[in-house]
Amino acid sequence: MSIDYSSIGLRVGIEIHQQLATKEKLFCSCPAELASDETPKREVRRFLKVAKSEVGEVDPAAQYEIMKGRNIIYEVPENHACLVELDEEPPHDLNREAVLITLAIAKALNSTPVDEIEVMRKIVVDGSNTTGFQRTAIVAVGGYLVDDDGLIRIQTICLEEDAARKVDEGRGYVKYNLDRLGIPLIEIATGPDIRSPEQAMRVAFKLGLLLRLSGKVKRGIGTIRQDLNISIKGGVKTEVKGVGRLELIPKVVEYEVSRQLRLLEIRDELIKRGVKESDLPYLMVDATDVFLSSKSRLVSSSLSKGLRIYAAPLKGFGGLLKIELMPGRRFGTELSDYAKAWGGVGGIIHSDELPSYGISEEEREAVFRLLSLDRERDAYVLVISDAESAERALKAVMDRARHALIGIPKETRAANPDGTTRYMRPQPGAMRMYPETDIRPIPVTQELLEEAERLKPPTPEDLLTRLVREHKLAKTLAEQLIRDPLIHTYLNLVEELGDKVQPHVIATTLMIHLKGLKSEGLDVSLIDEQTLKTVLEKVGENILSKDAVPEILREYSLKKGEVSLEELIKKYTGIGVGELEKLIDEVIETLRETLLTKKEKAFNIVMGEVMKKVRGRIDGKVVAETVRKKLKEALGT
Amino acid sequence: MVSRVKVGDRVRVRKGSLVYEGVVLPKSEFSSENVLVIKLDNGYNVGVDVSDAEVEVIEENVVRFHEPGLSRSVVRGGGNLKITFLSTGGTIVSKVDYETGAVRPAITATELLEAVPEFADYASELAVIEFSRLFSEDLTPAYWAELGSEVGRLIESGVDGVLIAHGTDTMTYTASALAFALRNLPVPVVLVGSQRSSDRPSSDSVLNMRASLAIFKEAPFGEVVVCMHGTISDDYVLAHRGVKVRKMHSSRRDAFQSINDAPLARVDFPSMKFKLLNPRFIARGRREDFQTVSKFSDRVALLKFYPGMECGIIDLLVDKGYRAIVIEGTGLGHVRNACVDSVARATEEGVLTVVTTQTIFGRVNMNVYSTGRRLLKAGAIPGHDILSEVAYVKLSWMLGSYPGLERKDYVELFHKNIAYEYNPIHKDSLFPVWSHEY
Repeated sequence: MSIDYSSIGLRVGIEIHQQLATKEKLFCSCPAELASDETPKREVRRFLKVAKSEVGEVDPAAQYEIMKGRNIIYEVPENHACLVELDEEPPHDLNREAVLITLAIAKALNSTPVDEIEVMRKIVVDGSNTTGFQRTAIVAVGGYLVDDDGLIRIQTICLEEDAARKVDEGRGYVKYNLDRLGIPLIEIATGPDIRSPEQAMRVAFKLGLLLRLSGKVKRGIGTIRQDLNISIKGGVKTEVKGVGRLELIPKVVEYEVSRQLRLLEIRDELIKRGVKESDLPYLMVDATDVFLSSKSRLVSSSLSKGLRIYAAPLKGFGGLLKIELMPGRRFGTELSDYAKAWGGVGGIIHSDELPSYGISEEEREAVFRLLSLDRERDAYVLVISDAESAERALKAVMDRARHALIGIPKETRAANPDGTTRYMRPQPGAMRMYPETDIRPIPVTQELLEEAERLKPPTPEDLLTRLVREHKLAKTLAEQLIRDPLIHTYLNLVEELGDKVQPHVIATTLMIHLKGLKSEGLDVSLIDEQTLKTVLEKVGENILSKDAVPEILREYSLKKGEVSLEELIKKYTGIGVGELEKLIDEVIETLRETLLTKKEKAFNIVMGEVMKKVRGRIDGKVVAETVRKKLKEALGT
Repeated sequence: MVSRVKVGDRVRVRKGSLVYEGVVLPKSEFSSENVLVIKLDNGYNVGVDVSDAEVEVIEENVVRFHEPGLSRSVVRGGGNLKITFLSTGGTIVSKVDYETGAVRPAITATELLEAVPEFADYASELAVIEFSRLFSEDLTPAYWAELGSEVGRLIESGVDGVLIAHGTDTMTYTASALAFALRNLPVPVVLVGSQRSSDRPSSDSVLNMRASLAIFKEAPFGEVVVCMHGTISDDYVLAHRGVKVRKMHSSRRDAFQSINDAPLARVDFPSMKFKLLNPRFIARGRREDFQTVSKFSDRVALLKFYPGMECGIIDLLVDKGYRAIVIEGTGLGHVRNACVDSVARATEEGVLTVVTTQTIFGRVNMNVYSTGRRLLKAGAIPGHDILSEVAYVKLSWMLGSYPGLERKDYVELFHKNIAYEYNPIHKDSLFPVWSHEY
């Protein structure tokens, strides 16, 4: 995709949420740790009602969630949640350690602390907070981060409580575990200063590194989450939630840009076709009769369950529903997302994708006739469900379709693992907050600031110095490393293996071998931190030669896990000089005739043969020396 | 500079290179003097010290903070019950208080109905009266008298149920006061509260109020009951007899539990199924037999005995003109022997001394130990299994509504089981069994 991002006016802002490594939770003394699967737990069932916000307007996002009207089940893991998480006891004082860490990180970002921290309640009624709101507070404002392409402004730095962990969801209920609820999170929001997908990743990386260098944040899966706010000229600001992996960020940005561009094209096409809002009234037609003798298994099994098929006309939308907005996601998929979210149905079937699902061309035509539609110019959607869900689903679909005439709706979207996104909910209004009156405001005193100063994380430059001086890395390697997301893996491995394996071996493995395999086009996704640790550990124990590392990694990737790591390690387990000498003797013996005729090439021939057998099991320099020595003995050369 | 800035103004605060823009909110009493609390456009509040800042008012009175007067309104619904909702204040009808940073009564009862649309399904007519906006800890016997009279008038006007929103802290006291004041109740009177403020999505108030609808419709009893959560889940709400219920936890939503008695009924959710739990109830009376006896004396004291208590405290109360004292004694109903004389003196002065127990569960028995026997001889009146708070309210009601009786008549009246404040049979299942798995 070659898009000139500056000409389309791309603006991206990042919000990073990172769990802090405090001893206790933000508002109670429970440990700030997740429970294990074995932790005994009890269950509590609740409903939430929509609360009026301070100013008295019911928030649209809140209203939407309540429309889903679900039972909320909370798992209460023993020793990981108390009455505070259960919303059975008012919150305790704000965790001082969390405030200090947040202030320290704020300082590193040149941000200015507020004079008094006011804890707010942010309405969230999906059940992920037992109270129905998330507690959050601005700790600092302003500041900046230096990026290659210019300064990235920091807007706010907040301290907030993490939400409960969703463990299950089904028709009419959702289940959360309370262990994560209340773990302190720092939220860093940048201004919309990012101008390209790559820059977005770089900025996220830099912020992540800074957080890591503080040494006061949690690590591992789920401890850091990135949200992106993406907009283009003529489009809207879309919020994309929950981008887990850093490498996904450029894709998410690219795909969202593509989605917005396509949606604008669809709008222009609709205008060109003369489609008006009045052409799109909400109309739900029971189309079950058309499908009574359908050969589609999907249809017949649904009908046998007592479900019916409802249709809604989309005048003027013929051919538009199949337009691809992002890889694998068409405009029809967008409508389907709305039907799923609002109607709780499995999705929709639209006329642009028929015949399929076993539905025939004749049936497709019959629905066109039933709805009195033009089968070239118009389109329709079908929902297979009960009448009530169908009505909610189709109303949502029609609302979305009508919005296509105006442009792009303001949405909060969720990131998929491939970088595409799906509709999550409408964007919340601004007035979702009111003061958390159960917690006193916290003055940011001189004493707090001085204490925070001592916790201020080192800068990337400090890290560079450390890598060169303490880890003895070559400066160029160190420079590459601190600009690469692999720095996290490097630091983790050094932390775990530092006294056994030389840091430069770890750095080389990551920055040269692993990258090399990648650039060869190998799928290195199997090589995770644990794999690297296992292999490097063997180097540290002198069981493997460091030359064996790239060989093992290559073979491990190539065989896609068919061969276990243990087997590979065995295969490459180093050989001693004695064994090497024996091997060289054998090679010389077998090739004696040839070698005598090609004396000048003898070294290369023997070296090649021996290396085939010992590559990775012993240092190549040692092999060369030994071969030379042996050739001299055997041939006198 | 700061003085001309008013709460509700939109301001721009320049502080060094930073600019804050937003609406000035009232600050909590904990905020520092020079701090201005500003609601930013992103919804967050921040506290900014303006002693070294430049404050510019962009627009005055963008938001107004005012409390409307007490309201009364009537709405019609599709049901067949005439229900009156009476709000006294407390957490069930609450709003954020910017002055103290705490939740305080403010939301009009009308707004509350939006939260409970089921009212329209049960009620033919729903009258909403905001009777007061008081914290329950600020209520007095004089208030009970007024409230009792108001509820009495409502019942005489023919309503099918009165729902009273009340702060939870002193709900037992008010429920008991009404139980004594409203004689031969033809309909249930339900008190509801909320342990989680009504401004939050997780408030327990909605379910508690919804339960009252099933009580009005289906309960065979004509009693004053308290409807609160049975567990910390939103599974069911219990209707407790007002004179037998106690707030047993400072914050849990199932804090209210019946003591020495079974709850009268439960209402399940979301089915709204009503189930009678206690066969021993006062049936709904005939309307023509209904009576309001709602006068309360403020000359009653409630005293908790503690080791080393100076007996002079009892003398002091007598000398101050108190007419009755509830002493919450230890165990089976004891105070230190040294205080027996003070009790005797109180009796001589015509002061009623009732002894209840600090153990909350169980009943007093002053025959078992010599101290108890001495106290009885000194004129102490055993409270049997009555809750100390209820004994206090009953004495206040007796002295207020029936002034000038003989001591023996008062003792007889106190021991008369008027609202089932005594339970003669304690089944072993009435005592809660604690979980011993931690």
